[in-house]
Amino acid sequence: MMWLAFGIGFWTLGWYANVRLAALPKSRATSLLVPIIFGVTLLVIWESVVRGLQIQQVLLPAPSVIAARFATSTSILWQDWVQTVVKGMMSGYIIGCIAAFATALAVDRFDFLKRGLLPVGNFAAALPIIGMAPILVMWFGFDWQSKAAVVVVMIFFPILVNTVQGLTASSAMQRDLMRTYAAGYWKTLFKLRLPAALPFIFNGLKIATTLALIGAIVAEFFGSPIRGMGFRISTSVGQLALDLVWAEIVVAAITGSVFYGGMALLERKWTFWHPSQRG
Amino acid sequence: MRQSVIPVLTVLAAIIALWYGAAVWLNAPWAYDKAQRAGVELSLGDVVADTWSQDKPKLPAPHQITREIWKTTVEKKVTSKRSLIYHSWITLSATLLGFALGTVLGISLAVGIVYNRTMDMSVMPWVITSQTIPILAIAPMIIVVLNAVGISGLLPKAIISMYLSFFPVVVGMVKGLRSPDHMQLDQMRTWHASSAQTFWRLRLPSSMPYLFTSLKIAMAAAIVGAIVGELPTGAVAGLGARLLAGSYYGQTIQIWSALLMAAALAATLVAIIGVMQRIVLKRMGMAG
Repeated sequence: MMWLAFGIGFWTLGWYANVRLAALPKSRATSLLVPIIFGVTLLVIWESVVRGLQIQQVLLPAPSVIAARFATSTSILWQDWVQTVVKGMMSGYIIGCIAAFATALAVDRFDFLKRGLLPVGNFAAALPIIGMAPILVMWFGFDWQSKAAVVVVMIFFPILVNTVQGLTASSAMQRDLMRTYAAGYWKTLFKLRLPAALPFIFNGLKIATTLALIGAIVAEFFGSPIRGMGFRISTSVGQLALDLVWAEIVVAAITGSVFYGGMALLERKWTFWHPSQRG
Repeated sequence: MRQSVIPVLTVLAAIIALWYGAAVWLNAPWAYDKAQRAGVELSLGDVVADTWSQDKPKLPAPHQITREIWKTTVEKKVTSKRSLIYHSWITLSATLLGFALGTVLGISLAVGIVYNRTMDMSVMPWVITSQTIPILAIAPMIIVVLNAVGISGLLPKAIISMYLSFFPVVVGMVKGLRSPDHMQLDQMRTWHASSAQTFWRLRLPSSMPYLFTSLKIAMAAAIVGAIVGELPTGAVAGLGARLLAGSYYGQTIQIWSALLMAAALAATLVAIIGVMQRIVLKRMGMAG
């Protein structure tokens, strides 16, 4: 009971603080502080609900238990992270980006391909591509190659569609200007059309970050060497070691956020001229 | 629209031709293996015929998959455990429930975010962060935990679908509810409209195009959620279970037929939303 009361009290306090902070004129400090307070409040409520209602470990471990488990099993987590993220996800992400990018350039060059391939691509982007995972695991074996393949097919169409859309972003006036400079196809591409396409490309790249992580982890459910985040999650659920599962989830969440944030930073650096970045 | 029919058909034909070619290439080693053990020489025609009709090919040919789908949908009774329609229905019901829950949650969160500054500042960043967490990775745990509490069947899968589908709705609706410009909001104020009236007469109608666009994305995400949610339940029922069972026993034709069925399901549902979008926007005079 004590814990529940504490949780409710903390929540009221946190919300009150946020209401006061939100009423202040918007600044960098408040827009950072408010979500942090909200997040901390959620954690405290979680902890106090678990303790107050005495929820069993096997159902929902408290944040403190998860943190303790995280600290004691860093070597397992590191090994899984290298297997899933560095080997599976990153290699797939790079291959997928290059493939989608090359296809986008070809599609843009040939109008026939654009009219034929783009509707198919749009259609494919809405399909549950993750279902390809068991097939690709069968083709490429249990190790990271099959995970990379899943990542490639998952991110291919979002990046393709966005890049093709971006390549049409420069206006006819701008392209005419390039022609008066006697710039050829490649020069126009690199000096005008690719820079103009960057906001769209980054949109695709950002969507692809989460998809890539999901693809790499889910593909491991269908078969994997005895390491990897997806493997650890599915086996630990079977052993009811939920604290380890949650530790893996924390790792996945941090990885996903950092990867996404990194892309967003790169976007801000390279497309500083775009209205959405000038704020 | 009509201009792109021929290119699309060409691309589809190219895909099917590539598919048949790849089937020969991927299945040929097994065909040669069999022939060597039987001690017969294979001509090229024999190899091709064999690679397109194996029992457990690495890549089944399109006609094999079509036949399997026909066999498991039309020729099987709907109540049979082997009927693909039965499994599709299980996945569909979880998808629709999750999609409905996600849409309601998404719209209410969006209304809260638009009308409450504190919620905007505290919740919105976490809504975005929530999607960088690979929810599909925790799907098995959610299912197992909810099973342990005694909730099983439809709801756990629907919850995963909900988590995936609420995000596009929140983002789209926040954008949509904020889309009326100052001029229009000022107009409402000069008419002395209450904030409820502003919401029902101005903000909600002008958010409709955004809503439908995000509903399409949400539906696609909901299907993925339902399929992945079926994986850890031990392959009992549903399209995801068919995928898993197929991958356990090497039944590639079964995997591909479940996959194509899921694709058809996704395409149909998204198309239905598209039709609804066209009708609603037309009646509201917003069709562009």
